[in-house]
Amino acid sequence: MSQRFSFLSLVHGAVGGHRRWPAQWRSPDRPASAYDVVIVGGGGHGLATAYYLASEFGVRRVAVLEKGWIGGGNTGRNTTIVRSNYLFPASAALYDHALKLWERLSPALNYNVMFSPRGVMMLAHSDHDEQMMRRHICANRLAGVDNEWLTPAQAKAFCPPLSLAPDARYPVIGAAMQRRGGTARHDAVAWGYARAASALGVDIVQGCEVTGIDRDATGAVTGVRTSKGSVRAPCIGVAAAGNTSVVMAMAGLRLPLESYPLQALVSEPVKPIFPCVAMSNTVHAYVSQSDKGELVIGAGTDQYISYSQAGGLQILTQTLEAICELFPVFRRLRMLRAWGGIVDVTPDRSPIIGVTPVPGLFVNCGWGTGGFKATPGSGQVFAATLARGEPHPLAAPFSLDRFITGRLIDEAAAAAVAH
Amino acid sequence: MLLIHCPHCGDRPELEFRNCGEAGIARPADPAALDDAAWSAFLYVRGNPRGRHAERWRHVHGCGRFFVLHRHTVTDRFEDVP
Repeated sequence: MSQRFSFLSLVHGAVGGHRRWPAQWRSPDRPASAYDVVIVGGGGHGLATAYYLASEFGVRRVAVLEKGWIGGGNTGRNTTIVRSNYLFPASAALYDHALKLWERLSPALNYNVMFSPRGVMMLAHSDHDEQMMRRHICANRLAGVDNEWLTPAQAKAFCPPLSLAPDARYPVIGAAMQRRGGTARHDAVAWGYARAASALGVDIVQGCEVTGIDRDATGAVTGVRTSKGSVRAPCIGVAAAGNTSVVMAMAGLRLPLESYPLQALVSEPVKPIFPCVAMSNTVHAYVSQSDKGELVIGAGTDQYISYSQAGGLQILTQTLEAICELFPVFRRLRMLRAWGGIVDVTPDRSPIIGVTPVPGLFVNCGWGTGGFKATPGSGQVFAATLARGEPHPLAAPFSLDRFITGRLIDEAAAAAVAH
Repeated sequence: MLLIHCPHCGDRPELEFRNCGEAGIARPADPAALDDAAWSAFLYVRGNPRGRHAERWRHVHGCGRFFVLHRHTVTDRFEDVP
C-alpha cells in the first residue's frame, strides 16, 4: 500500500527511474454489500468528505461511488482558483474555513497539492465597480478575511502584463487584492484525498454508477442500487455536482438547481510571465498561469441547461476578447484546448449543504461555478453533517430550506456574475 | 453555438436569443392561498432533466417573439423542429 512520502522516498523513487511507485489508493472492483456511509460522487468534495469522515469523525466503513473515474468531473475541469473574499458573512466564514484548510493541506495529506497563494486580484473598471469593491473589502475585513485596495499603479506592479491603457473600452481604475488566495493543483487534490482516505479504510469504487436509492416504509434511505450491485447504507451523502438533480430524483426530490455548461481553456505553454490570478467580473475573464506554463482561462456559463460537457464557441470568444484587451501581450498566444464541465447552480448562487426531507439522505451541491476553492472546507463540514446527522455550524446557513424561509445568501447579487 | 428555429424568422444563431428557462411555469392564481413550500417551489424549483426538456426562448434581437422548443440536454439537439 502507499508509503509515506518523504525526501528519502522521493530520492528512492528517482533512483529507480520512477518505476517502483505502487498504486496510491485501493480501487476495489466492486463495493461491499454494506457501509455506514455511502458518498455518491468521487470528485474533490466527495473524496474530501470521505477523508474527513474517516480521519476526524471515526467513520471508517465508508464507500465513495463514482460513475466515471475520480476527479474526472468538475474537479478536473476548473481553473484551480482558491480565494475566500465573498461578501456575505456566512459565505466568507465557509470559504475562509476552506482556505485555512488549503494552507495546511499538503502536510495534512502528506501529498503535494501545490497550493500556491500567489494573490487573487479582482479588477475594477468603473466608479460603480470601485464602490462595490471598496464595500466588499470592508465587509471582508470585518469578517476577518484579508482583502485590500490597489491603485492602478500598484496593480500593474503586482501584475506586469496588465494594460492600464486609458483608451481601453473598460480601463482599469483599481483592484481588490486577496493575497492569501491563489491556485492549487486540481488533480492532486482528488488524488491526495483519495490516497489519504483509502489508507484509512475508505473504499473508492470507480466505474460504479448509482442507479437508484432504496427506502424503507418510513421513507428513510436503506441503500443504493448501482451498476455493480446493491449496497446497504443508512446514510447517503450526495456530492454529484452537475448530476445532483438526477441522483436526487431517484429519491423523489426536486431541488432548486439548474445545470449549465461552464467552459475553460488553456494556451500553449510559455515561460513564467503571469505571477498572480487576475479576475474581472465586468468583462468576465479570469486568468492565471499553471506551473506547466499554460495560461488557464475561465469563461462563463452558457445560457441554457445542459449535460453535454460542451458549450458554445461564442462564450470562449467573448472571454478571449476580454483577456486580449486586459493583457495585450497575450494577443498572439495560441489556445491549446478548451473543455466544458456541468455546474449545478442555485437561485442565489450559494451552495446547499445539509439534510433533505428524506431521512438519511444528505446533499452537498449547488457550488455552481466556484466549488473547487471550497473543496477542503466543503468536505469537512459535510462530513460533520453526515456524522452528526445535523448541519455543521458553518453549513447551517446553507440549508435546503432557506429557499422556503427566504434566508437566501445572495452571492449572485453580490458578485453580479456567476463566480 | 445553437442554431435556433424561431417560428417567425426561421433558423437563426443563438446570439439573437435569450433563454427564458423551463416552459409551462404558471404563476399561481392566488399566491396568498399557497404555503411557503409551494410558493418556494413556484419561485425556485425547476425541472433539470438529463434528457428531453421543454424550454422557452425569446428572439430578443429579432422579432421579439416568445416560443417553446424541446431540446435534449445531453446532445443539445432540438427535437420536433420542422
